[in-house]
Amino acid sequence: MKHLIDIKGVSHAYKTKHGPLPVLDGLTVEVPKGEFCAVVGPSGCGKSTLTRLVSGLMRPDCGTVILDGQEVTSPRKTVGMAFQNPVMLEWRTILENVMLPLEIVAPEMKKSDAEARAMHLLEMVGLKGFENKRPSELSGGMRQRASLCRAIVHKPQVLIMDEPFGALDNFTREDLWQTMRDLRAAEPFTCVLITHDLRESVFLGDQVIVLSGRPARTQYVLNVDLPADRTIDILYDPKAIEMLHILRDQIRIAQGRDGGVH
Amino acid sequence: MERIQKIAVPLAAIIAFLALWELIVWANDWPNYVMASPSDLPAAYARFWNLFLVMGWQTLWRTILGLALAVVFGTLLGMIMGFSKLARDALYPLLVGFNAVPKATLVPVLALLFIGQHDFNTVLMAFLISFFPIAVSVGIGLSTLEPEYRDILAALGASKFTIFRKIALPKTLPEFFGALKVSVTLAFIGTNLVEIVSPHGRGLGALFKSGETNGDYPLMFAVLIALAFLGIVLYYGVVALEKIFAGWAERAPG
Repeated sequence: MKHLIDIKGVSHAYKTKHGPLPVLDGLTVEVPKGEFCAVVGPSGCGKSTLTRLVSGLMRPDCGTVILDGQEVTSPRKTVGMAFQNPVMLEWRTILENVMLPLEIVAPEMKKSDAEARAMHLLEMVGLKGFENKRPSELSGGMRQRASLCRAIVHKPQVLIMDEPFGALDNFTREDLWQTMRDLRAAEPFTCVLITHDLRESVFLGDQVIVLSGRPARTQYVLNVDLPADRTIDILYDPKAIEMLHILRDQIRIAQGRDGGVH
Repeated sequence: MERIQKIAVPLAAIIAFLALWELIVWANDWPNYVMASPSDLPAAYARFWNLFLVMGWQTLWRTILGLALAVVFGTLLGMIMGFSKLARDALYPLLVGFNAVPKATLVPVLALLFIGQHDFNTVLMAFLISFFPIAVSVGIGLSTLEPEYRDILAALGASKFTIFRKIALPKTLPEFFGALKVSVTLAFIGTNLVEIVSPHGRGLGALFKSGETNGDYPLMFAVLIALAFLGIVLYYGVVALEKIFAGWAERAPG
């Protein structure tokens, strides 16, 4: 079976004052084309390192990261990224912020086409009418919506998200899950989502990968066999609840508290 | 209404200040060789108006040229220090030391180095005194750029130069203009320092000096007021530029 993202035996250590600090240890992750892969794990286990490896911002000490059949050695235009901090450029309007990647990836694109593409996405996430506002005039949730638009405006093959909803309140977060689900239905991209929210991973993911504590390896892979057109209610479905239980136990193991405090 | 208020309030404050000044001189019955009063000034301006124009212009252009050099040099230095930790470590103590030297002591040094080059010396002093805040603020602005800002473009394979042009440079503009507001006043001080300490008959500083030599106190005060006026013009010139290039950084009140 051919995977769009193939992470094989990746190990990585950071250099610190007290010697090398291994964060990844023989990590293996496979994501088929079009799938949504959620990655969960204890905090500080190297999840963010994983995003930097897949995006090519960093190279692993050993092992290979393969994207669409090619080894990732440097950043590429077919990747989109979103972070916990929506990093809006305050001197640009929301529309201009969303158009930013197109200026790098497709400088030859006509401005009117770029605008139309960005407007289309803003409309989909419910930001129509806000395109000419400055980021400082928007709420955190709205900025994060704009940030998602910017991450996929250039139609990347892979969208990498590092806890994009982590700083939002619960209701806003659930709204954004649904926005994410709708974007995925409309746009074909493969997705890697780093999160520490198990409900989020089950609601959005096709597979959930649990990483062990540092140095991280793949500890458990859960296939989420729920229908694609999910609503928030599905999280109260016995099947989903069972998955959440399994994931919770796996996290406990990853934290090294197997059978310990509940 | 708000517009009128914006002009009327500071204007009223200036008038109140002049009135108070006049009142204090009148109440103490000071003669104008102790302390000139605002009512002495119109006569001084009427008598020397052409000198005020010519010398005011000399002060103005030399200040602006010195400041322009400081902007170019300070920004370049700030970029070097912002991008290279090695350069930052190497240059910081040197810069702080240079900044600490009282610039008045440099006037005779420059006067000896470049004898007779009065315009050059004055511009050089305006430059030397004003580049430091710009270099430091650009350097800090660039070195404290959050990595995520860099990553949104770096992840797309954008070049370092593109990241600088599209992100680092505009993001540093508010700090840059904050420093420029300090620098513009410093450059103005630098120009006047040379004009007063080493006068060659050019600039408002020289006019001040000649007022002092001739015991013309109203003229000296008239120069001070003219300097304050030019200083205000320069400062608000920078504010206007800031509004154009970094107006986005201003938050709506409240």
